[in-house]
Amino acid sequence: MVKQRKMKIRQSKLTISVHILSYLFIALFAIACLLPFWLIITASLSTETVINQTGIGLLPKRFTLDAFKYVFRSPKDLLGSYGVTIIMTVSGTALGLFIISMAGYVLQRKDFPFRNQISFFIYFTTLFSAGLAPTYLWITQYLNLKDSYFAVFLQLLMSPWLIVLMKNFAKSVPFEITESGKIDGAGDFRIFLSLVLPMLKPALATIGLFLALGYWNEWYQSMLYLTSKVAYKPLQYYLYAIVNQAAAMKSSMAGNNVSTGALPTQTIKMATALVATGPIILLYPFVQKYFISGITVGAVKG
Amino acid sequence: MKKTIRKDNLKASAIKKKSLAKQIYDSRILILMCLPAVLFFIMFCYCPMPGAYIAFTDYNYKSGIFKSTFVGLDNFKFLISSGNLWKLTRNTILYNLFFIAFGNLLQIFLAILLSEVKNKLFKKVSQTFMFLPYFISAVLVGLLAFNFLNYDYGFLNVIIKAFGGDPVAFYSWVRAWPAIIVIVYLWQQTGYGSVVYFAAICGIDTCMMEAAEVDGANVLQRIRYITLPSLKPTIIILFLFSIGGILKGNFGLFYNLVGPTNAGLFGITDIIETYVYRAMMNNFNFTTSSAVGLYQSIVGFVIVMFCNWCVRRIDKDYSLF
Repeated sequence: MVKQRKMKIRQSKLTISVHILSYLFIALFAIACLLPFWLIITASLSTETVINQTGIGLLPKRFTLDAFKYVFRSPKDLLGSYGVTIIMTVSGTALGLFIISMAGYVLQRKDFPFRNQISFFIYFTTLFSAGLAPTYLWITQYLNLKDSYFAVFLQLLMSPWLIVLMKNFAKSVPFEITESGKIDGAGDFRIFLSLVLPMLKPALATIGLFLALGYWNEWYQSMLYLTSKVAYKPLQYYLYAIVNQAAAMKSSMAGNNVSTGALPTQTIKMATALVATGPIILLYPFVQKYFISGITVGAVKG
Repeated sequence: MKKTIRKDNLKASAIKKKSLAKQIYDSRILILMCLPAVLFFIMFCYCPMPGAYIAFTDYNYKSGIFKSTFVGLDNFKFLISSGNLWKLTRNTILYNLFFIAFGNLLQIFLAILLSEVKNKLFKKVSQTFMFLPYFISAVLVGLLAFNFLNYDYGFLNVIIKAFGGDPVAFYSWVRAWPAIIVIVYLWQQTGYGSVVYFAAICGIDTCMMEAAEVDGANVLQRIRYITLPSLKPTIIILFLFSIGGILKGNFGLFYNLVGPTNAGLFGITDIIETYVYRAMMNNFNFTTSSAVGLYQSIVGFVIVMFCNWCVRRIDKDYSLF
């Protein structure tokens, strides 16, 4: 009897210590994930000279809004970049969703005889690709899309992974829905549009968010295909240019007579980064659950 | 459920009996509906493929891809003799192995701890924080790391100085970089990556847990004998898939962490993607770039096929095709 009680106490002690460890480790990890964001905020609110002397701190050093004031003093480039990114994100997400959901629905329909062949045709592109240089030459020399926003816009429109994800979502819509539509005499497109699509709302939210995130965070294709000839750089590429411009200019400054005042200084970099990323961070907690369902539905089969 | 499947199979076999032309005609609307997607992949994935022929030529801009002189395997021979191909392959595979090993360990550990947390608010808030790094652009990741590692004002050096140490010039300390890259990778991917494992743990039958508790199993025993064995299929499948992609690198992470001009670090941080990019955009060396790219595609293809074959043998449902 006594022994048993002792066992129970020991067990609960173990359980408690495991629980404490869980809370502690998770809290620490969460803080570690958040700290870099916090530092960028404090840095952007600090005075430049103090930062350069004493480094970034956990709290703003000599609080000032100068960096933000500077960023918004001549906001033409920044606002232009915002405009380009927003237009691309909205139209790209809408168009991409439409094409992906049609393809995903059709490719899982059991009465579509070519579903396996076409699925493989699409999936094969993840197994084998031409590589960067041939793709680059194809797009710049044959499609003539150098310095065209379309080079960026079109390439982010879809991915095999998103189509597979949509297929998996669409499988959960009972085939009877399609059949009942057929019996009522609706065409396939009509069935898709008015019967299936409304049932795919969670899928549309998830895949739409992945698309939107892709467009919002886009900098790579821009770096490849857009030069300074374009009027406005997409937002993250604009940030990339600001972040790396300072580094490049510093290293080549030794002999030249470039005034340091003209350089985008550290705090301004931080402020620009915050302005460029802010919308995602603010919006993200509300849409988080869709990203989670994305990875759990599509994870293994991806 | 079974009944419907049988019905569909019956229908499918009925369709197969029709002639191809009839099949195409009957499903013309469905074909039209997936045509935009198919055209997309033809346009941006299949059309560039013949261009991989550059790897076998001494491509110059004037003659174009198919009129440049054919040089056989010379480009590959050069890459092998210069040691570049070996170095890039080694770097890419080693980095990926570290990502896979540490990433999965940490993800599983985190998922198990998360499943032990009962406070819903704590769980939700901490998950929100942990996922955040996954959703920012690679450019910002580079800048965040710079804020930590910078010599003059970086946060790590602020801490080192506060304890009386001398600041460390991380951006010229070559040997630290593999660790830095792995840590940043873990920082960015672990939270979101743990979701798969967390979902798998949530899928474990609670009856088993309760039965174990009634039988007097403590929390560690429950994890050891129920949670971990239940995760085994997920772990194996995810492991095989990540091995399948072992020759593919995360360009954005490496490129933005190291910076486009920090040549001193290229030796230890260059993966296939960054090399291919720089060979083309900085040196305009299209032949070398596409030779490395083609090598990556072909060897990568073989590896994926092999891994998929392994997955198929374990569980047909999970295989890619």
